[in-house]
Parts: sequence; C-alpha cells; structure tokens
Amino acid sequence: MEPLLQVEHLSISFTQYDRGTRRRSLPVIRDLSFAIRPGQVTAVVGSSGSGKSLLAHGILGILPYNASLEGTITYGGEPLTRRRVEGLRGREIALVPQGVTYLDPLMEIGPQIRRGWRDDRARAESRAVLARYGLGAEVEGMYPFELSGGMARRALIAAAVVERPKLIIADEPTPGLDARAAGRILGHFRELAEEGAGVLLITHDLELALTIAHRVLVLYAGETIEEADAADFAAGTLRHPCTRALWNALPQNGFVPIPGTQPYPGEIPAGCQFAPRCARCREACRSGGPVPDTALRGGRVRCYFPEGGERP
Amino acid sequence: MRTWNRRQRTLCLLLLTAVILLAVTVSGALLTDRATETDFAHTNLAPSLDRLFGTDWLGRDMLARTLAGLSLSIRIGALTACVSAVIALALGVAAALNRRADAVLSWLIDLFLGIPHILLVMLISLACGRGFLGVVAGVSLSHWPSLARLVREEVLQLRQAPYLLAAEKLGVPRGQLVRRHLLPHLLPQFLTGLILQFPHAILHEASVTFLGFGLSSEQPAIGVILSESMQYLTTGRWWLALFPGAALVGVVLLFAGLGEQVRRLLDPSSVHQ
Amino acid sequence: MRHRLEFAGKKCIRMVLLLLGVSLAAFLLMAASPLDPLQTNVGQAALGSMSPEQIAQLEDYWGTNIPLPERYLGWLADAVRGDLGTSLLYRQPVLQIIGERLGNSLGLLLFAWVLSGVLGLALGVAAGALRGRWPDRLIRGWCLLISSTPTFWLALLLLMVFSVWLGWFPIGLSVPIGAAADSVTFLERLQHAVLPALTLSITGVSSIALHTREKMVDVLESDYVLFARARGEKLPAIVLRHGLRNVALPAITLQFASVSEIIGGSVLVEQVFSYPGLGQAAVNAGLGSDLPLLLGITVITAAIVFAGNLAADLLYGVVDPKIRRGAARR
Repeated sequence: MEPLLQVEHLSISFTQYDRGTRRRSLPVIRDLSFAIRPGQVTAVVGSSGSGKSLLAHGILGILPYNASLEGTITYGGEPLTRRRVEGLRGREIALVPQGVTYLDPLMEIGPQIRRGWRDDRARAESRAVLARYGLGAEVEGMYPFELSGGMARRALIAAAVVERPKLIIADEPTPGLDARAAGRILGHFRELAEEGAGVLLITHDLELALTIAHRVLVLYAGETIEEADAADFAAGTLRHPCTRALWNALPQNGFVPIPGTQPYPGEIPAGCQFAPRCARCREACRSGGPVPDTALRGGRVRCYFPEGGERP
Repeated sequence: MRTWNRRQRTLCLLLLTAVILLAVTVSGALLTDRATETDFAHTNLAPSLDRLFGTDWLGRDMLARTLAGLSLSIRIGALTACVSAVIALALGVAAALNRRADAVLSWLIDLFLGIPHILLVMLISLACGRGFLGVVAGVSLSHWPSLARLVREEVLQLRQAPYLLAAEKLGVPRGQLVRRHLLPHLLPQFLTGLILQFPHAILHEASVTFLGFGLSSEQPAIGVILSESMQYLTTGRWWLALFPGAALVGVVLLFAGLGEQVRRLLDPSSVHQ
Repeated sequence: MRHRLEFAGKKCIRMVLLLLGVSLAAFLLMAASPLDPLQTNVGQAALGSMSPEQIAQLEDYWGTNIPLPERYLGWLADAVRGDLGTSLLYRQPVLQIIGERLGNSLGLLLFAWVLSGVLGLALGVAAGALRGRWPDRLIRGWCLLISSTPTFWLALLLLMVFSVWLGWFPIGLSVPIGAAADSVTFLERLQHAVLPALTLSITGVSSIALHTREKMVDVLESDYVLFARARGEKLPAIVLRHGLRNVALPAITLQFASVSEIIGGSVLVEQVFSYPGLGQAAVNAGLGSDLPLLLGITVITAAIVFAGNLAADLLYGVVDPKIRRGAARR
C-alpha cells in the first residue's frame, strides 16, 4: 500500500552555548527514515531524552525556535512543506500529546474540543467523541484540574480525533497510568488504525508498544538502529544486537540488564553508537564514520555485523 | 572579519556600558567645583557650541552641573542599592531557613509595600533629618522588599532540590550547607537583582530630592537642578530642565542595560539564545 | 460560600493589623525626626524672642512635650472614634482636609489607573504575541524608556510642551488664583486635570505592559498552546482564546497592586502641576513637620492600597476556576 507519510534522512538539531562564548549545534535526531501506511500502527521506541517528542513536533512543523530540521517529509505523495502542514494540522494530521499540561488550565473541556465553534453541530460532535472515549456529557463543563490522569488522556484523544484525521501522532500517551488504563488507551489507537488511519506511536515502553504496533522502529542515541515487524520480537528474528538486548531486558524475557549508558547527544562516539555496550562488537565498529542504515530481511538495520547471518 | 555571536556581543556591550558610567562618575566628581561656580557675565545663556547645556540665572555652567549631579546620583545610587541588597539577602535567607522569621518578614514586606514608595522614603528621610543621611537611609531602607522576596523564594526552591536534601541527610553542618551549596546558586540571581536596584535607587533619590526631602539645595543634585528650573520654565528657559533630566534618563537606561546584560550572561534560561 | 467568607474575614483582620503597623511605623519615624516642628514653622529668630510661657503654649499646640507612648495611644484612641486630629498647618480637622484633597485626586487616580491598565494589558498582549518582531521591540523600548524616566521630569516635559510652548493648558493650580472654589466650572477643572492624569497614565503603563508581555510569552511557550497549534489554531485565535484568558489573572493582581505606585506618582505629579490633591498635601505636611496630617495621609493611602490588594484577592477567587470550584466542593 502507498505510504501515507514518508520520512527520509530526517535530522533535528539544537543550537546551544558551551561554557564561555562558544556556540555549537547539538544533534538530537540523526538520519531517521521510516514510512507510515494507512491502517497500521508504527511505533518509535526510544529511552527518555532521545528526542522522540521532537520527532512529532518536527513532522507537525511546531519545533521550538532554536531547533532546525533537515531531510524530507512527504505526505500523501507530496512534500510536506511548512505551508502545507499548517493547513493539515488538526484536520488530517493530529497530535495526541503526553498529558494534562497540554490542556488550557483555565478553559472547560467542551470548548477546548470544539476549538471555538459554538454551533449545534460542533456541540453534537464533541459530545459524541467524548462518549466514544467513555467520558460523559458532564466532562464538557469540567476544567482540566478536575480530571484524573486517565480521563485527561482520553479527553486529549477526543480533542485530537474530533476531525477524523488520517494520520495520528501519539506522543507518549501512557506514562503515569497503571497497566490496565494504559492498555485501554493504546486500544483506542489500535481501533483508530483499524478504521483506516495511520498511527505513529512514540513511546519509551517497548513492551506496551508491542501490544498494538505492526512495525517498530528502535531509536538509540538519536539514530534508528532497527526497523522490524512486531512479530520479529517474539519470533527471535531481530537484526540488531541492541534490539535483542532491549528485548532481553524486559522482565518476562529474563530481565538481563545492558551494561553502560546511552551516550548523550553532545558526546557521540565515532563509529557505531552501541559499540561500547555491544557483546558482538569488533574492531571495525569502533572507528570510522556513522554506520549506514541498510535493508535486511524485510526490515532495516544499522549494524556491520547484524544477527542472523552476515551482511549480503 | 569574523562575526560575533550573541554572547560575545553582550560581553562587549557590558564592558562599554560600565566604562561610560565610570567615566560619567569620575568626570562629574572632578567637575563639582565648576558646577557651583557663578559667573554673572554669562547668565541665562541658551545652549550653544561654547556651553552645550547653557547657563542658569547665576551663570553656572549647566553641563558641569549636570555631570556633577549625575555623578552624585550614581554614587548615592550605588551606595543605597548595595545596602538594600545586603538587607534583602540577609532577610531573605533568614526567612527561608526559619519559620518565625518568615512570618515576621512577610508581614514586614506587606507593611512596607502598603505605604506608597515615595511616601515611605519621605518618612524615613524625615526621621533622619533629611539631607544626605536622610536620602541614603530612605532609599536603602525602603528598597529591599522585592529583592528579599525573590531571594526567599529562590532559597525555598533550592532547599527542596534533591542534592541539598541529600547533603542535609548526610549530616553536612548548616553553616557549610549555606556557604557551599546555597550561596553559589543564589549569586547570579542576587547580582542581577543588585544591579537592577540601581535604576530604582537613582530615580527615587532624584524624586525625593526634587520634593525637598533629600539633598540640600547647595548640592548640584539632579533633583535640586530640576526643582530650581521649575521657577524659570514659564519664562522659556527650557534648557534648565530638558538636558539634566534627559541625561538622568540616559544614566538610568544605561544601568537598566547593564542589569539586562548581566542577567543574559548569568541566567541559565536565556543562556542558549 | 462559608469558606470564602472565612477567607475574606482573615484578610480583613490582617489588613487592620497591617494598618496598625503602618500607623505606628509612620508615627515613630516622624517622632524620631530631629527636625523641630517649632523651629520649622515658627523660625529660630522668632523662638528666641519668645517668653518661656509662649514657647510652652506652642509646645502644647504642636504636642512636642507629651511622652511618645501617650501621644501615640492618644492618637489611636481618637482615630478609632473617627478623629484623626487637627492639621497644624491648615488648622482644620485632618479628616476634612484629606476628604477634600482626596476628592480632587480621585478623578486623577481613577482615570490614570483605568487607562494605564487597559493600555498596558493591550500593549503587553500585542508585544508578547509578536515576540521578537518590530512591534515587540518598539513596545519594549518604549516601556524601558518610560520606566527609566523620573515621573516628575516627564511632568515637567509635558508642562513645557503643552502649557508653556503650545499654551493648550494652564500652568498651575487647579483653581485659578482669585476665583472662589465653587465658581470654577467643571470644564476648567477638567482642563487642569488633563496633564497630570496623562503623566500618571503614561508612567503606569510600562510595568503592567512588561509583565503582561512576559506572561504572554510564557503562555505561548506552554504545552497547551503547542497542542492548540498542533490542532491547527492560528496565532490570532490562540492569543484571543488562550492568551487573554491566562494573562488576565496575573494582570488583575498586578493592576490592583499598582494602586500604590499610582498614588506615589501622584505625589510628584501634583507637586509639578501644583494640583491641590492629596499628594501635594503630603509634601506640604512633610516639609512643615505637620505630624497629624502626614500620619493621617499615610494611614489613609495605606488603607486604599490594602483595599486594592483585598479586592484583587477576592476577584481572583471569582475568576480562577481552581479556587472557585475547589471552594464549592468543600
């Protein structure tokens, strides 16, 4: 199927001051490529602080003033320019943000969902969408501080999908919720995909992502190290040693910790980013430029010596 | 030529501002004698190339008077700003560390902010018998509340910081805690606050002197100059009021700029712009 | 409702205590003054030529021979009964003078307060919304310039331009010399009040505009504005729907807190324009060591300032949904 959104070689960086008066550019995301197809949930999984939220903001064209973006983004086969995304935001492309701080603290929920429309149709729509996510009509008259964490998440989903978008970008929609509530929230995204929308789920929680995702991208130190089918995880057909290590670190898969820490964006080592922590690391991994992203067995991997056979 | 980034430009601007202010202070102090020198051969002269700011009804050179007045303002401003900043620091830290002191301080601040500022300065100046002592006491004893509040909030916030809680649990003595962990973090905020006190202090000194509660009329203070000029405005001697006032505005603006530049260099939230 | 009443009651008690503190502080400051009211008002030479009995009589009149605590308590006892004493300079009851002067100043103060509030809010919102662009730079520069300008010099400047140079407005005195106070028409009064009111309004704008701008910038950088932008809302709609709503609360507090500044400014402005208001009376009382009058003016202005703060607190409770709903649920 034709991809809805295609991201190629996307990089996002910040400008920052070092000690004293030196200015530098801090790369947060480097050389990121992926595609989202209608009816599918694609998860981008990375640990906290790996610049995942910026990915969402970059696609929507709402990056902060000191961030810059390179690479190409195409939506529906055409380049997604700044001007074009302005027209599509909120209509065809929707963001589901992290939590209650994304709701205006001094405005009731109803008007926030209706975005200023006051006619009967808008009222009926907002009531319907709230009901769909299990929120009663009384929620319309509540202020954000009166909602529980789960209710706020559902209200945010309602606000995002009231216009029936084709592409939904969910940015960490579950932290702070217990497993059952989180599962229910993710279920809503699966449902939206089944109705034909493309869903980009950005999360730090690999385990939860696997419950609904079709495709999974693993982000490490600002790079995608692997793109895999969700089924590859359980089937043991993963490509990158890091992904394997992450999978093995989950409680139900042995709880094996990975030694060391992920490098900070400012101190990217030469060669492979995962090399210092990798069990399969060889001499070639530690030197040279960035490791290229290559196709392998229906997915992509950024490794010179991927698992399951040597490189073709 | 290489282009300068914002931080380097700020640093240069900061030095330039400081040099200008220093030059005004020194030249004004040296000109104090000329500022009170009368010359009845040249009275009431409008500004010209010879006498840039003109002369007054006693033939005194207005440029010399203005510079001397600015110098006086800057010196008094510096003195009062420093005194009030030290008061603010002491009270703010004390309030943040001691519950009872906090209650007293918050009551005191409300009390001080309840009386219109200029009225308070007038009252304190009266209590000290007006004059130099009156102005210095009035301005320095009335300027600390807002900075004290800032310091207090900052310390309270810092006290909740995990590294401080940890240090406390580890049994670091209180004095050392304040000296090694609290004050270094407070310093940038405090320095910025101190410099931002200067403009207020200078403006209030001039205002109180203008009203007649400050420096005596023999002193070439800006407040005195402007208060005297009032009697001559109707006769069209606009230069007596225009230039000294504009020069004062200039000095205050320079101090405000200085404060802003220091803030920009020290404040973490605007460091990366 | 009960909670709100309790809140208001507590605030009122605190206000009374603060007023007591203000009166005591002002009294002590004035009593500590080394300036002898006799010398200030009668003159050294005249005192020297007087007999001891005459001096004792004068000391009775100025109240300098009674011990301090007794004087303060005496004043307080009278004040509670609504008598703030008699002005030594004007030889009239203090309350009567304050009433008259406050009547003159009130129009000035109210006009300046409303105008500077509305203008400051509008400019602050505009500057914050257009952050970094030329209207923002212009407004910020203007505010910085105004806040660096001594109020009395601005008054002098306006006086020079509009009264001396252009001749549009009279130069001094709200009542023309020689005319009886009641023969002055409303229009004439208005004409005398225009420049003082204008000066006060101009100086009042900068702090509210700058604070509103800061808050507006914060709001525009908030998560909920990010979400609004992600939902396709455009800047004007965001400013009107989210900006104004979130900026209004701090602006209300600030505007009520600015009452003190405006009264302070009026002291200087009335002096320049020789406007017979409360501020001018304060300066005269201070220069003439008129303790009862200055004490009375200090207490009354402090009461106005505290009332302003109280109004802000109560209004906050009505406007802020957290307090409104939170209180309703108790």
